[in-house]
Amino acid sequence: MPELAIWSIIGAPLASFLLIGLGVRPAFGPRQASAGYLTILAIAYSLGMSLWVLAETLGAEGHRLALPTHEVLSAGGFSLEVGLLVDGLTAVMLIIVTAVSLLVQVYSQGYMHGDSGYTRYFSYMSLFTASMLLLVLANNLVLLYVGWEMVGLCSYLLIGHWFHRPSAAAAAKKAFIVTRFGDFFFLLAIIFLFTQTGALVISDSAGEADVYGVVGKTLTGAALTWVALGIFAGAVGKSAQFPLHTWLPDAMEGPTPVSALIHAATMVAAGVFLVARFFPLIHAADTAITIVAVIGAFTAVFAASMGMVMKDIKRVLAYSTISQLGYMMMGLGVGAYAPAMFHLFNHAFFKALLFLGSGSVNHATGTFDMRLMGGLRKAMPWTWGVFLVGSLSLAGIPPFSGFFSKDEILGAAWHRGDTLGQFVFWMGLAGVFMTAFYVFRALFMTFHGEYKGGEVGAHGEARHPHESPRVMVLPMVILAVASIVSWVANAPGQNQLAGLLGYEGEEVQTFPLALSLIAALAGIGVATGMYLFRALSAEGVSRATRPLYTLVARKYFFDELYEDVLVRRVFYRGLAAAMDRFDRTVVDGTVDMVGLVGRNAGRVLVRAQTGQLQFYGVVLSLGVLAILAAFLLWGR
Amino acid sequence: MPGLTEYLLLSAVLFTIGLYGALVKRNVVVVLMCVEIMLNAVNIAMVAFSRFVVPVELTGQVFAVFIMTVAAAEVALGLAIILALYAHRGTVDTTNIDLMKF
Repeated sequence: MPELAIWSIIGAPLASFLLIGLGVRPAFGPRQASAGYLTILAIAYSLGMSLWVLAETLGAEGHRLALPTHEVLSAGGFSLEVGLLVDGLTAVMLIIVTAVSLLVQVYSQGYMHGDSGYTRYFSYMSLFTASMLLLVLANNLVLLYVGWEMVGLCSYLLIGHWFHRPSAAAAAKKAFIVTRFGDFFFLLAIIFLFTQTGALVISDSAGEADVYGVVGKTLTGAALTWVALGIFAGAVGKSAQFPLHTWLPDAMEGPTPVSALIHAATMVAAGVFLVARFFPLIHAADTAITIVAVIGAFTAVFAASMGMVMKDIKRVLAYSTISQLGYMMMGLGVGAYAPAMFHLFNHAFFKALLFLGSGSVNHATGTFDMRLMGGLRKAMPWTWGVFLVGSLSLAGIPPFSGFFSKDEILGAAWHRGDTLGQFVFWMGLAGVFMTAFYVFRALFMTFHGEYKGGEVGAHGEARHPHESPRVMVLPMVILAVASIVSWVANAPGQNQLAGLLGYEGEEVQTFPLALSLIAALAGIGVATGMYLFRALSAEGVSRATRPLYTLVARKYFFDELYEDVLVRRVFYRGLAAAMDRFDRTVVDGTVDMVGLVGRNAGRVLVRAQTGQLQFYGVVLSLGVLAILAAFLLWGR
Repeated sequence: MPGLTEYLLLSAVLFTIGLYGALVKRNVVVVLMCVEIMLNAVNIAMVAFSRFVVPVELTGQVFAVFIMTVAAAEVALGLAIILALYAHRGTVDTTNIDLMKF
């Protein structure tokens, strides 16, 4: 297929961004819906093109399209070559990004209806989609980094969509700064990699001086480990892995479709994508790949534990996302490349579905607080149905898609048989139990039991919940269908996806599979007992485990640790104050002293200026004589 | 017949006298006259060099003529300033003219 057609996948949403940003308000005025239609049209085009790319990739030799790179900058011996990298990984990511983005845009038509920032919202959504596609398609570290930062920027802009709310503005800032922390190390890794090897192109057709080619040749030992860790640090920030996980739950201040697209399906998965993209590099560094596995496994359990006690439905889903991303990371860490990407694929659909479901609930009740919901099953049968599908998929119940990918990861960890594999497997298993528990807790608290009135209005009146409009239900239904059937992309025994990605599929492991199914069912059972039948009082349990409950409910005090201890005390009062003292005393002191010397010298020398012109003449003549004497004495 | 050295000695003596007067005399009119002496000292040096060093060319002589012209203009201007100064301040004593200081 022509290269221009692939570029146009990025170009269409970008054009939509420019058209909406510059043209829609003046041209269409109050008929703002055109912004949404334009976005949908552009992304539908990208989806169509992505399907074409997928078809071409499936047929191509080595599942990799041969595309040229173009020199855009040349200075001395350095030349910057940009191009597109289309292999199996790219093709899969393209489908995920465009498909989820399209459905979310359709949903947004209903969800954002009447919002004062409607056109702004859609222009940023277009820009985000374009940036994400650029990140996925880039065949150059610099270009990839541009996309990487642009999705971060769009995330900031969209979290802060309702910027007049102080909490949203603060959350946007936090998301930006915390992810920047990881980005910084990613940038350092790129610079270090370039200075060490001169490689910026990720994979060129010659395969010599590209990033894949230098691993083990000019990039070995400690340098390889540091580059791998730097790249992973970027992924930790973007994918909200421990210890940079704190921004994602706060990011839920943004509009719910934004959470579904950016903070569940695509941008946060970019971290996993990054590790997958540089998998040959990271996998070659034993220390780095072990750290990936440990961080992933720890995050999977750590985040799930917080998801179990949150009262805000979107925060439950946010912690769930962190936890599921941890699964993908640990999958990559134990070398299960294809299962991890398979999980990313499935997760994009069912987590976007769950987020859209929570948005639909919010549309009806005006709140995200699950304590104010309950009993919505009758009023919102469609939302309930799709949420149930998403929950079952997330919990890992067959035949829903989450079951297949999650168990492939656990099976791969089990199959390794070493200490790391065992650690990852048992952590993952604990995570499965917690996941099943928290998602069904959310389901029961929201849709079952008695309706608690939703958001309390200005006059204390309750809201009467109603099903969301068709434009919102339809994308959810499509996503629900995808959540049920997306496993066929990598059906057990067939492993088409693994083949497309160029890795071998995992064999089905019966024992770990049975264990994880039992864990999931146990989690659902406990949730059912506590929240559906009330056989076990949730309040009683939390009271009985008071110190532990407080620890988890306060998010292990990480916000306090970062903001109070690290930022305020260590950084602000320690480092910044020391810098400030240095600036005031040493830097300012030097400048002041220079000024002082000049002024005091002037005060002395000013006495020589008498106003007597003839005195000046005398001094001048003596000076000339002195120069003359010096010339005559030593000049020759 | 005096040579180049003698002329230059005369020039130097005249210049020094002029400089001395210009730097120490109180009366501005005398200072102006001393400046004229210095200019003429330079003229002598010019003409001497022209005559003894490059006799075929007349550059030094032409220069001397120019200096005389400029000196005449300068005297006219200088005396005018001194007149204005006297009208304004009632004195031509250089020690009293000391406004150009800090």
